Amino acid sequence: MHDAIAELVRDGDTVAIEGFTHLISFAAGHEIIRQRKRDLTLARLTPDLIYDQMIAAGVARKLIFSWLGNPGVGGLGAIRRRIESGEPAPLEVEEYSHFGMVGRYTAGASNLPFFPIRSYFESDLPVANPLIREIESPYGDGKVFAVPPLKPDVTIVHAQRADVAGNTQVWGLLGCQKEAAFAAERVIVVVEELVDEAVIRADPNRTIFPGLIVDAVVVEPFGAHPSYVQGMYDRDNRFYLDWDAITRDEGSTQAWLRDWVHDLDGRAAYVEKLGPERVKSLRPGSAPSGSVDYGDYR
Amino acid sequence: MSGIDAAGGSAGNAAFTKSEMMIVAAARELAGQHVCFVGVGLPNIAVNLAQRTVAPDLELVYEAGVFGARPARLPLSIGDPTIVTGATAVVSMYELFSFYLQGGLVDVGFLGAAQIDRFGNINTTVIGPYDHPKTRLPGSGGACEIAINARQVFVIMRQSARSFVERIDFRTSPGNLGGAEQAERIRREGGWLGRGPTVVVTDLGIWHFGDDGEMRLDSLHPGATLDDIRATIGWTPRINADLAATPAPTGAELSLIREELDPEGAYTK
Repeated sequence: MHDAIAELVRDGDTVAIEGFTHLISFAAGHEIIRQRKRDLTLARLTPDLIYDQMIAAGVARKLIFSWLGNPGVGGLGAIRRRIESGEPAPLEVEEYSHFGMVGRYTAGASNLPFFPIRSYFESDLPVANPLIREIESPYGDGKVFAVPPLKPDVTIVHAQRADVAGNTQVWGLLGCQKEAAFAAERVIVVVEELVDEAVIRADPNRTIFPGLIVDAVVVEPFGAHPSYVQGMYDRDNRFYLDWDAITRDEGSTQAWLRDWVHDLDGRAAYVEKLGPERVKSLRPGSAPSGSVDYGDYR
Repeated sequence: MSGIDAAGGSAGNAAFTKSEMMIVAAARELAGQHVCFVGVGLPNIAVNLAQRTVAPDLELVYEAGVFGARPARLPLSIGDPTIVTGATAVVSMYELFSFYLQGGLVDVGFLGAAQIDRFGNINTTVIGPYDHPKTRLPGSGGACEIAINARQVFVIMRQSARSFVERIDFRTSPGNLGGAEQAERIRREGGWLGRGPTVVVTDLGIWHFGDDGEMRLDSLHPGATLDDIRATIGWTPRINADLAATPAPTGAELSLIREELDPEGAYTK
């Protein structure tokens, strides 16, 4: 992880750590904090706890997003303080709706100049963000809104498994990791498990993108905690509730960053500090998929 | 503020809170509906109650990319792994918003709100000016496109003088704009799929929208009074001359909320 972040994430980059509630690479976010990257533009539909932590740590100057909160719990205090009062440092924001953000990544991945959607009519969002623009259909059947392409310098995706070449497979919520990865200049994949190429080839429908677009594969078990990995561990809701209190105060936020990020040398130390009981409590029961037969054609 | 406290009323021996009454009333509104797009927060518990009571065949659509969810527990958030296991389909967010929502397959979009006006326009973005907000709220998420593309919109929110306001600070998601005439013209000219908000369920009563596009109180919850309604609203409300009394929650509805859906009381405190 250290080397991937050191080589592929540069000061001033636009970075997208995607994953809708599911598969959020906290491990990569924490490494970015430890390496004291600066002036990043952070893009994500739902900034979630990871961007609250990264922004509190001072790595970012700007946030691109569509829903700002602690899902199912409350607010993100560190980000809110910076927006509401500019304390302790101002934060530039660029705001869309979810579909707008998905459209931005899709345009970026498809090399299109914009993406048209039927949203934003009579909303104040295009006033707040002039990059959301009303356009006339070239076929004369009315107006739609356009959003510009988003092409991150780096997209970071957490996944259940990949092979050493970066061929990556995910199950459960897919969010827009595929679009964000294809849109990016560089891609880092963080996985629970490194598997043989044969495992990937035995189930090609589950591949979200090929190693062709991947620059680094990092093996980091439990790297998405406190978010979850379908079939492997549940969301650690206790932490999401704890964060609600921690993030209300800048002092407690910085103390948490010191204890859980700066003072640790990586994810293995984090998991050890978390303790085996906590880890065990998050393991789900089993619900295996049925299997399909792809057929042998020769 | 309201003259009634957290104790909403009682049905037989079963006392219930205002929040429980609100969730039950919202769930009942889903009777007969087929495909429901589930918004963040209170809609999540209301639709899960509906699926266990009045609408067992309700297809739950979550913006995280799930169609036909059958959650075995109340999802902790709208991205919970329980909405995946046993679902009909898990799709990318691109497919969800493009094919399912914008493609016109959603009957009801169920939203929460921080502020609403008499015409059902919704603010979930900021309190105060956008550039220097007094309170920064979560923002749109999928609400803006749900409000435009779902065939109709249900809203569930607690009623207060700060939330039911004459003028919302930011229009995140359009409702009936400045009234039905304007809204219908703009929807027609813009080719919107939705007809906008139809129901607002609060902790005090149930509002529907009249021909002029303004909300009208049609049902008052047990324990709530018209004084409570007027004390928690920023305009002079329309009140149905044949005002109904919302039936109190049944023992079965309360058991589902307390024992199965929300034993920690996260939504019902």
